[in-house]
Amino acid sequence: MSEVADCYLALEDGTVFRGEAVGAEGIAFGEAVFTTAMTGYQETVTDPSYAEQLVCFTAPMIGNYGVSASRSESAGAHAKAVLMREARGPEWTAWLAERGIVGITGIDTRSLVLRLRDAGAMRAVAVAGDLGEEEALAAVHAQPRMDGRSLVAQVSTKEQYLFSNHSGEARVTVAVVDYGCKRSILRRLAAAGARVEVYPYTTGADELAEHDAVVLSNGPGDPEPLREEVRTVEELLGRVPILGICLGHQLLGLATGHDTFKLPFGHRGANHPVLERTTGRVLVTSQNHGFAVAPTDAREATHVSLYDGTVEGFDFPELRARSAQFHPEAGPGPHDGWPILERWLDEVKCAS
Amino acid sequence: MIGQACEFDYAGCQALKVLREDGFRTIVVNSNPATIMTDPGFADRTYLEPLDLEGVADVLGRERPDALLPTLGGQTALNLAIELAEEGVLDALGIELLGAPVEVIRRAEDRELFRDAVQGCGLQVPSSRIVTSLDELEGIVLPAVVRPAFTLGGHGGGFARSQGELHRQVEIGLRESPIQQVLVEQSLWGWDEFELEVIRDRRDNVVVVCSIENLDPMGVHTGDSVTVAPQLTLSDEAYQELRDAAAAVIRAVGVETGGSNIQFARHRETGEVRVIEMNPRVSRSSALASKATGYPIAKVAARLAIGYTLDEIPNDLTRTTPASFEPTLDYVVVKLPRFAFEKFPGADTTLGTQMKSVGEAMGIGRTFQEAFWKAFVSRELDRATASPWPDLENIPAGVHPWFRRELEELRVQGLRTGKRVYRRVDSVAGEVASASNYYYSTTGELDDPFQRSERPVVVILGSGPNRIGQGIEFDYCCVHAVQSFRAQGYEAVLVNCNPETVSTDYDTSDRLYFEPLTEAYVLPVLERERPVGVVTQFGGQTPLKLAGAIEAAGFKLLGTPVEAIDLAEDRERFGSVLAELGLRCPEWGIAARPEEAIELAERIGYPVLLRPSYVLGGRAMRVCYDAAQVGEAMRGIGGEVLVDRFLEGALEIDVDALCDGVSVHIGAVMEHVEEAGVHSGDSSCVLPAPSLDAETYRDVCRVVRRLGPTLGVVGLLNVQLALADGELHVLEANPRASRTVPFASKATGLNLVDAAARLAAGARLHELDLGAERRPTQVSVKAAVFPFARFPGSDPVLGPEMRSTGEVMASADDLPTAFAKAERAAGRPLPASGTVFLSVRAADKSAVVGVATRLADLGFRLVATAGTARALGAAGLEVEWVDKVSETNGDGATVVELIRSGRCNLVVNTPQGSGARRDGSLIREAALAARVPCITTLAAAGLAVAAIAHGRQELPCSLQEQLAREEAAAGEATQAEKVAEKVAEKVAEKVDGATQAA
Repeated sequence: MSEVADCYLALEDGTVFRGEAVGAEGIAFGEAVFTTAMTGYQETVTDPSYAEQLVCFTAPMIGNYGVSASRSESAGAHAKAVLMREARGPEWTAWLAERGIVGITGIDTRSLVLRLRDAGAMRAVAVAGDLGEEEALAAVHAQPRMDGRSLVAQVSTKEQYLFSNHSGEARVTVAVVDYGCKRSILRRLAAAGARVEVYPYTTGADELAEHDAVVLSNGPGDPEPLREEVRTVEELLGRVPILGICLGHQLLGLATGHDTFKLPFGHRGANHPVLERTTGRVLVTSQNHGFAVAPTDAREATHVSLYDGTVEGFDFPELRARSAQFHPEAGPGPHDGWPILERWLDEVKCAS
Repeated sequence: MIGQACEFDYAGCQALKVLREDGFRTIVVNSNPATIMTDPGFADRTYLEPLDLEGVADVLGRERPDALLPTLGGQTALNLAIELAEEGVLDALGIELLGAPVEVIRRAEDRELFRDAVQGCGLQVPSSRIVTSLDELEGIVLPAVVRPAFTLGGHGGGFARSQGELHRQVEIGLRESPIQQVLVEQSLWGWDEFELEVIRDRRDNVVVVCSIENLDPMGVHTGDSVTVAPQLTLSDEAYQELRDAAAAVIRAVGVETGGSNIQFARHRETGEVRVIEMNPRVSRSSALASKATGYPIAKVAARLAIGYTLDEIPNDLTRTTPASFEPTLDYVVVKLPRFAFEKFPGADTTLGTQMKSVGEAMGIGRTFQEAFWKAFVSRELDRATASPWPDLENIPAGVHPWFRRELEELRVQGLRTGKRVYRRVDSVAGEVASASNYYYSTTGELDDPFQRSERPVVVILGSGPNRIGQGIEFDYCCVHAVQSFRAQGYEAVLVNCNPETVSTDYDTSDRLYFEPLTEAYVLPVLERERPVGVVTQFGGQTPLKLAGAIEAAGFKLLGTPVEAIDLAEDRERFGSVLAELGLRCPEWGIAARPEEAIELAERIGYPVLLRPSYVLGGRAMRVCYDAAQVGEAMRGIGGEVLVDRFLEGALEIDVDALCDGVSVHIGAVMEHVEEAGVHSGDSSCVLPAPSLDAETYRDVCRVVRRLGPTLGVVGLLNVQLALADGELHVLEANPRASRTVPFASKATGLNLVDAAARLAAGARLHELDLGAERRPTQVSVKAAVFPFARFPGSDPVLGPEMRSTGEVMASADDLPTAFAKAERAAGRPLPASGTVFLSVRAADKSAVVGVATRLADLGFRLVATAGTARALGAAGLEVEWVDKVSETNGDGATVVELIRSGRCNLVVNTPQGSGARRDGSLIREAALAARVPCITTLAAAGLAVAAIAHGRQELPCSLQEQLAREEAAAGEATQAEKVAEKVAEKVAEKVDGATQAA
């Protein structure tokens, strides 16, 4: 690692956390957020939902078990910087450097987390290079805020493609609308016996409705400005079984008259309890979202967060639409949500 | 007891708290007096009864509870629950078993049933087979481990890589096993070991509270392994595979509510997983997991057992979120075992599947290296003590390369230094606001500040890892001190590093610092807390050693000052104090070289007691009868030694007292069953002292009354005395809480620690309203519990070096009944009839006749080796002869065979002062293996015979009722008697004073 002139994280409120550069050299602007998952650092950084974000890991030692191509949630890296208490192992830091991700180790991550928790997620800059603090802060203030930001275009696939790693015979075909889709979703669907076709986010309702079912994927940014996408979902409702995940859940919420809002600092981790209202059971879930569907007593809100009451899942039986705010596909995180995907697909199979 | 220490006191206390909060009437049965859960205030009814079928059934019959909760008391409780169910006791009394029904316990414990359950959910266990002959070895997977059934400490077992080795090992195993049976198991040596702490509620919600990774690979008992939480080397997909498996296993076994510990082996390269075992109960690992995460497993498990679901229980630390989540850590936790091999010379020190450590220390740090280092220094290893993980150079084979690299870096670079700051353990990595009072330190970061209250702060230092000589008794004292200071209006802050304890439950104190008890870590806590005082007298030697540094750093010690500690501990100075007071002590001196020691011994007169001057607690003590022995002992020690005259056959007296610097209140005068020379911690102890006449009793009290103020003790004082030939000798004075404080407090009903804490805070004795000094009417016996079975090769004989790891208490109207009950509670029930084998040293030959005569009168058949048999025969007793092992010519059965074959029900074997210990040691070891009670002193044998002859069936009586009775009895005691006693004492003191003045 070459000697970097300066290395720190500056939040828009002026708080500065110093560290040492271990990833790529450069200056990364984005929203500073944190995840509490203790495993899955590579999955996190490659999850397109982390686009335009600087990710702090609360787990203090990151990189322990190296890297592996099979763990990437997408072809590229999406988080712009990784903030760690202690980066471990050259394999991991070299991987960061190769992908142009700024990596800072030696950060007082707990203090950073407490700051973000109390003041909310903030615009920030991770500096591993020649940039003074004042200049950096001025530049941070010129950056756009995450609310109101549409980021789907920059992460969605440009072309439709067939995701194939399914060995058995697929009885149903599922169209996945890629707003920044994680590979784990595709893998779980395929493993559950689906032929999985992935479509760009611009694909129209008619084309999608030709499939046995549609999955609205996860993705980065604010759902509110995604008017076109919401309209597509509205058009799909009732025509074909739908499953929304994360951003997909929020789009379904907007399409059915629910409100979304920006959470103060988001839900990111692998330990969030979600109550399944119908059964009274609790799922320990993998989460990664900065926006959420506002709490409601509506019958269709089948899942709620036991942390803040935000809607974690919908079921509209008459519209054949269902959703999860959390990540039932896991990757990283617990597999408690796998049956949600499997059951949904079974129902699709029965119906078709 | 090894494998079962104060972690279950912690679990029990947590459970009692929540059950009572929910309006349940609670009854506790536990024979260990050094526990907080057996405090009279903790449950509605407390029974210090033997934990055997009879003892518990009696209590159940008397109390008729609605339900029994067996999942918080370790394996002992679980086994008892099975027994009670099998014997029909639970059904007959209509008692419901909470937490885990019998079939679930069986499914988890029975090898075959467990295998079926695990395989039923698509997982694997290591393959294994029970073998009873060499013809059954076909198809066994190698490498394999051979474990003979029912041998001591796995003796006779071994490892087989080839068919030849397998054949040989099985042959040995079959020969060693008394039932000619061995288990041949697929060896997972070198696989990585992981544990998951899982909780399930009645709605089938399952959460993993904590993952634990063992640094020592498979093959080393997890209690003996260095462990880290959370696991650090598994990727998410590998970890989730274990999480799924853990959930599947807890469901398959069918644990309905509560916690379970599930252990996995995982092949480092192939990722293959085997389920090793499951504990369907709170365990040592779950105590560790609770401390590591801040998630109170036992508390939650107790709530689940009475019908709550996880989402209905709040997270204790955040209070705003539910317990139905999985803790996430922004720090690393490392646990290191604490061994005591130095106490068991000759024992095999190889670590294996039998747990051998006696305690543990835990470190919390922001990085693995920081956490490891804290646990490492927390162990307080004695100088020259052999221990696994002795230093950073010698890392055991098989440790995962990731950890190896970390430890290498720690060794080469050390930790970064800087101002200590404190961070909260909050279970959520900061995601949810928490006012947690649970802290650990790190450097180079900001501090998580706390809201200082109006109340003055007192810091109480804990006792560190459990070890022999310093166990749960001291944690009991620290917890009581905390309670007392809180009741007095202080903020009580506790520092400790032992994860097994009640003191490190964040619920116990106002603030808990989980830190090593060393100067480097304790002083910064004091700087942060700015206490009005620091309390060092309740945690045994550990905090006492820090007293000087604390005072030097400008902090005030509450209670007994450093000067008094020094006066009591410095042999020379203490000698002068005794001389000044005209008190007798055994003649003594200090010698540096063997010839000096011999010269000194000759002057003092044999036998002498030799010990290194730098250690306390009986470490490396030897009784020597001649110059040759002194020379030999000196070779083993090296360095300065203390040489004391050894008072053979003396009666040993133990006194716990309170002193406010001026006057003294005698808390308890106890008498040891075994004579002086057996370490006081290993000796059985009786309260009130049965052999003391009124005059001697007064003399004992007078000695203590004079020592306390002269030393300057403010708080607790323990004095050990010996009565030899009608003369009282002072053996030692400890200006701190002693091991017997919990026992004495429970037997007398006087909370000694609370009183001492009040004295330390400045109160005077007369302000405490303690009432008159009490001599209880009930007889209470404390008996020691030994771990000899885990250390084959080491002679299980009592001596000056302490080796017990626990204790039990029993009370009754008379001594024989109380003693019989205590022996039962200690797992050594005395036989009512059968065969007794006697073999005593020359000096005991005449005295043994009395014991043997009474046994013969009771209908026992007597068997003895030549010397003893001759003595008994000469006294006209009918006795059978049996060969010693060293005498056998091959045809006659030896005593060892007699014992092994189960044809002997009681062994009385007093060791030779010197020389041929081999035979005695083989006899004692055989008795241990065959679970035959083995008595190694004539004093204990005498009491045992009395217990067999006169022990009565007595209905159990709860501690609460017993204390109420004592209270009433104390009230009835005639005033005149007391006045007379007081007058006599005053007169005696005056006479003393006059003699001294003259």
